[in-house]
Amino acid sequence: MLKINNLHASVEDKNILKGINLEVKPGEVHAIMGPNGSGKSTLASVIAGKEEYEVQEGEILLENENIDDLAAEERAHKGVFLSFQYPVEIPGVSVTNFMKTAINETRKAKGLEEMPANEMLKLIREKSELLEIDRKFLSRSLNEGFSGGEKKRNEIFQMAMLEPKLAILDETDSGLDIDALRIVANGVNKLKSKDNAVIVITHYQRLLDYIVPDYVHVLYNGRIVKSGGKELAHELEEKGYDWIKEEINA
Amino acid sequence: MDLKEKLVSSFMAFENQIDIDSPVHDVRSEAIKTFEQEGFPTKKQEAWKYTSLKSIINQDYSVFPKQENALEYRDIKKYFIHDIDSYKIVFIDGKYSSHLSQTTHEGFDVCLMSAALNKPKYRLVIENYFNKAATKDSLSSLNTAFASEGAFIHIKKNKLVEKPIQILHFSSGDESALMLQPRNLVVVDENAHVQIIERHQSLTDNPVLTNSVTEIFANKRAIIDYYKVQNDRETASLIDNTFISQKQESHCSVHTFSFGGKLTRNNLNFFQNGERIDSTLKGVTIIGNKQHVDHNTLVHHIEPNCESHQDYKGIFGDNATGVFNGRVIVNKEAQKTNAFQSNNNILISDKASINTKPQLEIFADDVKCSHGCTIGQLDESAMFYMRSRGIPEKEAKALLMYAFSNNVLSSVKIPEIKQRITKIIANKLGVNIGFDL
Ligand SMILES: Nc1ncnc2c1ncn2[C@@H]1O[C@H](COP(=O)(O)OP(=O)(O)OP(=O)(O)O)[C@@H](O)[C@H]1O
Ligand SMILES: [Mg+2]
Repeated sequence: MLKINNLHASVEDKNILKGINLEVKPGEVHAIMGPNGSGKSTLASVIAGKEEYEVQEGEILLENENIDDLAAEERAHKGVFLSFQYPVEIPGVSVTNFMKTAINETRKAKGLEEMPANEMLKLIREKSELLEIDRKFLSRSLNEGFSGGEKKRNEIFQMAMLEPKLAILDETDSGLDIDALRIVANGVNKLKSKDNAVIVITHYQRLLDYIVPDYVHVLYNGRIVKSGGKELAHELEEKGYDWIKEEINA
Repeated sequence: MDLKEKLVSSFMAFENQIDIDSPVHDVRSEAIKTFEQEGFPTKKQEAWKYTSLKSIINQDYSVFPKQENALEYRDIKKYFIHDIDSYKIVFIDGKYSSHLSQTTHEGFDVCLMSAALNKPKYRLVIENYFNKAATKDSLSSLNTAFASEGAFIHIKKNKLVEKPIQILHFSSGDESALMLQPRNLVVVDENAHVQIIERHQSLTDNPVLTNSVTEIFANKRAIIDYYKVQNDRETASLIDNTFISQKQESHCSVHTFSFGGKLTRNNLNFFQNGERIDSTLKGVTIIGNKQHVDHNTLVHHIEPNCESHQDYKGIFGDNATGVFNGRVIVNKEAQKTNAFQSNNNILISDKASINTKPQLEIFADDVKCSHGCTIGQLDESAMFYMRSRGIPEKEAKALLMYAFSNNVLSSVKIPEIKQRITKIIANKLGVNIGFDL
């Protein structure tokens, strides 16, 4: 599904990613953990195609195709989805209109007709029920004045609408209350299949109790310095990152 | 001969050709003198610092079109808001086109300025209102001197006009360059309500200069909603001088949508002559190439307990230039005034520019006045957010621009106008977005 080879990326001459290697196969769930500022969101943004970041070395392959030169929207059309750590407020565009545009633009890119209005409504109803989102919410301006938790739930609603192949969830758990965490995780699990994959970026083991990872990676200072199974997350929760830092510095 | 000389020297011929005994003869003669003294404004004048008429007035315009022209409805249908029933007052090259128009005298008058100026039954209205709100600046005076045709609308007391009134000025392109000076008068009596849409459209690339004056009188508790659609060709220029005189408890709004034209100058003036008046001035400007749009607004708060709301949004691409000069005067007597003004702009090219300047002159002490202007770029993080959802760059930009103008569009009361404006914006941005805001 996704293969990243020796990825180096920088922003404003500052090296942030310093040689990332990662392979995610269909059906897998990978968790990426690591201290603040280690480069997790940067990695997510680079995969999603944020132009601000410059890839100096290495490559990103999606289903064996190099996507380095693709624009963010083209990556989205190929099935990449990023749930933002900080979703952006867009006053004046309702959630519904935003989703309609996103879906129809994606269909257009694939040479499909626009989705008929009734089908669209049905889809919106179905997915908003899955995430227990109030209908009134959908006519509000996108993310404007949403609480932290509402923003995150809305991200996963968008994911449910777009049904991506590769979903990257950047700290989707932060800001969610316990019930919301369960609802959101349940939504993600419902969307999981053997054909798609999920990368979960998180600081806490708690989310991983719901969305159980096949692999856990530790990103530190722009590199993946340790990988393991789900038990690694427990170990980090218990011991923090100091022991890993020591291992590296030794 | 330059344009000024040409205009001044044709004045006599003009006066002789129409009725010299007209009640406005003296007004016209006075007006041409003012124009002769002052001439066209130049950049030396504070109010014209950022807008130069030089390249506009150097054309050899015909100031009186020679003949009447006919147009087929099907050829110009698209310039009407045609999916609603409406009264229509249509002019072609400054001349009234009866077969394209739908006027009325039933219960209220939706007809012609020429009729109002010449028929005895309108004499009183003309005496009371004609040239009573317009200022005596050079361009308005120039229009007054040649005032002969335009829309005349008189809505009588308590009348609620259900159909909007569309005023359309076409230029056919028959003249190689044409100057038009329409003169509109709108009088809305006590407690009456009317909605008006105005548009100027040239049908070829032959240069057109329109110097129009519209006087609007809102009597006690009258409600007037006025929409200006400015989406002309880039060879047409418009100087729009609009004067609104409001009496107590009246509500007037003017929405100006500026998407086209070479040079557009909106001199929009509100005078609040009464208490508890509400005035709304809103505008969306989206231009590119070398287009220029200048909003020069004035709200004069004369009496206490009134409000004014100004909200102008501008998006400027390529080498386009914009000006916003918003003047608010609050007289000493006008206590408890609420005056709001905001002007937000987005520059989508390095070469585009906007000059924005609020001018508050407040002489009362118990007032609430706020103003704010911003100039920015499109929000990059919002762009990435939308693109990461599969919305291509162009569409994402368009969506952000829609969203940006949404505040102004949301107060448009006629849904068909809102839809039309949304379509024009989409067209302008070269996108097809699958919904109306
Ligand atoms: N646009 C930018 N300009 C300058 N520095 C940046 C930019 N984006 C990221 N950085 C820097 O790169 C480093 C990695 O940031 P990143 O957001 O990827 O960290 P993170 O691992 O997601 O942290 P957190 O756990 O706090 O979310 C940080 O030091 C950050 O300040
Ligand atoms: Mg982060």
